[in-house]
Amino acid sequence: MDIEEINVEEKIGPVGEILKEEDGKLSVLIHFLQIIQSEEGYLPGDSLAKLSKRLGFPLSEIYGVASFYKQFNFKPRGKKVVRVCMGTACYVRGAENVLSGLKEEFDIKEGETTEDLRITLETVGCVGCCGLAPVATVNDAVFGEIVSKKVDKLIKSIKE
Amino acid sequence: MERINSIAKLKNLRIRLKENISNTDRNRVRVCCGTACSAQGSHKIVQAFEEESSLKGIGIEVVKTGCQGLCQKGPVMGVEPYGYFYQKVSYERVKEIISKTLSAGVPVRRLLYRESAADDPIEKMDELPFYKKQVRIVLRNNGFIDPCNIYHYIAAGGYAALEKVLSSMTPEQVLEEVKRSNLRGRGGAGFLTGIKWEYAKKAHGKLKFVVANGDEGDPGAFMDRSLMEGDPHSLLEGMLICAYAINARYGFIYVRHEYPLAVKNLTTAIKQAEKLGLLGGNILGTGFSFLVDIRQGAGAFVCGEETALMRSIEGYRGMPTPRPPFPATEGLWGNPTVINNVETLAQVSYIILKGADHYRSIGTEKSPGTKVFALTGKVVNTGLIEVPMGITLKEIIYDIGGGIRNNRRFKAVQTGGPSGGCLSEEHLYLPIDFESLADVGSMMGSGGIVVMDEDNCMVDIAKFFLSFTQKESCGKCPPCRIGTYQMLEILEKITSGNGEEGDIERLEKIGNLVKSGSLCGLGQTAPNPVLSTIKYFRDEYEEHIKDKYCRAKVCKGLGVYRIDGSECFSCGLCKRACVFDAVKETKEGFYIDRDCCTKCKACYLVCPIGAVKIGGRLIPWVVPEQCEGCSDCVHACAVQGLKMYETGNEGIFIPWLSDPDACVSCGKCAAVCCSGGIVLTTHVEEAKQRFLTKRPKGLVAEDEKKKCRLGMTDSNDFTLAESERYQKDKYTIDKKGG
Repeated sequence: MDIEEINVEEKIGPVGEILKEEDGKLSVLIHFLQIIQSEEGYLPGDSLAKLSKRLGFPLSEIYGVASFYKQFNFKPRGKKVVRVCMGTACYVRGAENVLSGLKEEFDIKEGETTEDLRITLETVGCVGCCGLAPVATVNDAVFGEIVSKKVDKLIKSIKE
Repeated sequence: MERINSIAKLKNLRIRLKENISNTDRNRVRVCCGTACSAQGSHKIVQAFEEESSLKGIGIEVVKTGCQGLCQKGPVMGVEPYGYFYQKVSYERVKEIISKTLSAGVPVRRLLYRESAADDPIEKMDELPFYKKQVRIVLRNNGFIDPCNIYHYIAAGGYAALEKVLSSMTPEQVLEEVKRSNLRGRGGAGFLTGIKWEYAKKAHGKLKFVVANGDEGDPGAFMDRSLMEGDPHSLLEGMLICAYAINARYGFIYVRHEYPLAVKNLTTAIKQAEKLGLLGGNILGTGFSFLVDIRQGAGAFVCGEETALMRSIEGYRGMPTPRPPFPATEGLWGNPTVINNVETLAQVSYIILKGADHYRSIGTEKSPGTKVFALTGKVVNTGLIEVPMGITLKEIIYDIGGGIRNNRRFKAVQTGGPSGGCLSEEHLYLPIDFESLADVGSMMGSGGIVVMDEDNCMVDIAKFFLSFTQKESCGKCPPCRIGTYQMLEILEKITSGNGEEGDIERLEKIGNLVKSGSLCGLGQTAPNPVLSTIKYFRDEYEEHIKDKYCRAKVCKGLGVYRIDGSECFSCGLCKRACVFDAVKETKEGFYIDRDCCTKCKACYLVCPIGAVKIGGRLIPWVVPEQCEGCSDCVHACAVQGLKMYETGNEGIFIPWLSDPDACVSCGKCAAVCCSGGIVLTTHVEEAKQRFLTKRPKGLVAEDEKKKCRLGMTDSNDFTLAESERYQKDKYTIDKKGG
């Protein structure tokens, strides 16, 4: 994505009128990090360097903010991001078994990506489908009620 | 969409829309498109309805609503004009619904809700036990209107409160009304909203902000999400009224990025409201202006805390700052800022419309109004519920939730997410409000209720919540950062079977330190799950530590594994599942070799009929006729509980436990024994009885132990035959189970 062309002023919005320029730019930093992440899948170093130039903040400061939030990754991620919900409801209904099943199958730990960049395994606080617990999402699709027999089914659909 | 530039025009528009949208004699289906129902295919149903209606030329209006609440039975839908409520609908049933219900007015019986297979089906939504006890104020439009259509909201009486405020109330009157209503913040702490607004109003500063806190990070909570997805305009209206009362010009809605649908619906809502002139400059021609923007959180739980949330909006690392100064006096960029939970703001328009007195008549005196809960866990009907404050947990769990799944026994209920606590059976009749929950060591939190049955281990649950807060601790305050880590280590130790005496006390001590030494709500409440489980389920902790046994059979590495020979049908799955070769096969069947078993639970999980049993603690069993009297076991004993006693035969000594309760089941005695004179048994009670009642007469003095010599005993205290019987039992336990 072309960082030179992002429209900082538009995102800051009308509140920009009342803020100092620096405050305004800082307030949209997270938003642009999110945009880069959604387009590239992670935060590549050179994009961050460009962003630092564009907004006029030191790169260290940008890394400081980005590394605080869980959403941001500094390493490329897999094509399919599998998120196992570890919310309370899923946990009490056996999400641990789902996670360990997936870990075993793909031989990666949570937060890791397979070497061929196909699958990233993550855990997530709550997807908000507690009625369907235990739940996992593959990219945006939600798989619900994954009892132990359904783990194999989930693995199959991930592999497809 | 035409801009509305006066209050009278909005009134006219509502009257027109009501005739059009709210009349109930048309063919209309309201399909729930909340997250849970969407995951189960409600979009396919919508599509099928649209296709069928155009194909057959029947006019059917399909309304894609937000969460209707009964997530367990999704996808759910309502059919008008008959008012039937269908559950577990699939797209294949759409044709049937059209031909039976919409054309002939007959309900599709198999889609109606039934309490059990033998009960009569229930036709109407209000008659369902799940909805009967609910009072829906915040969720009044959820599941009824299309969240992406502002006209639906206006037709349902939306923006009428704004109308009233702008036309007939001064900001002071609005503030007074909210104060009088005693509305308390629904985010968890329960601070009085009116007071907060007043502080911000009185604070100096030409600019003021209103922030809606939608950073709902608690695992097991989805109230704010459902509200923002299903009725975004009620949030906007609440923000507008707040802005009018405190004279703010700018507002932010802070939403988790994990809620893409909420972000989408809110964005649509803001755009539509701006187009209609209900947001932006010169609202409804009154000169009042208010601008709202959305900020997405980036996955940090601590940002739900107000000072951290402000730091995050400003673009910094989301770390809390000390209070005072409170946000109401010094908030975003140093300007007075009101930060309210999404649910709190959604209550405001109702209060303005119906009046503070009416609002106070709902709920309890100190906590008026209703609260939305996400009811999850082991209840029959999970979902989103709204109940008046003061309702008991029993009513929520048994009347609304329909009781515990699979007829299991209720064990505990967790309220307030990672900041709350676990309550036990004795609290089932507790009327819920902010104070009563805090008094028993839990809290309202943002409103997650997770029900647990006897299959849940309370130590494990405490560990689960603590590992969450430990990960989410921002690291600013050492007591929170290091304390939670240490507490988690102790819990790990306990659940893996290495708990020690004193661990519970240590947990309590560190927990109290973390509570008192942290800046923000996260640290101050992080130890709650641990402290409350210790308070109400201390015996379970003790069982883990002393008996090395987890009664819920959740914790790995605890308990004694055996195969029940009377149940086992020798399928061999356990043998295949065991990677340590601990499951051995004999002519008589399978047994578990305890020396090899690592208690990984693989066999227990794989057994199709539950013949693998996890038992309680082990205790030594002395076999006098095998004992050589070497006293190695006495030296090995971890608690120095074993002593050498002289038997009825002079000069023949055997080891004996004088206080069997002191035994920690470490198993060292049996491990060092080379003759089989002391073994471990699961028959704890019998062994204890034997130790207490059949103790040999003479205790050998320290220096006389060396005199012990080899030899069999034929003491009168325990006959050979009796010992043989227990040995046989022991053999049966080990080799066959039983």
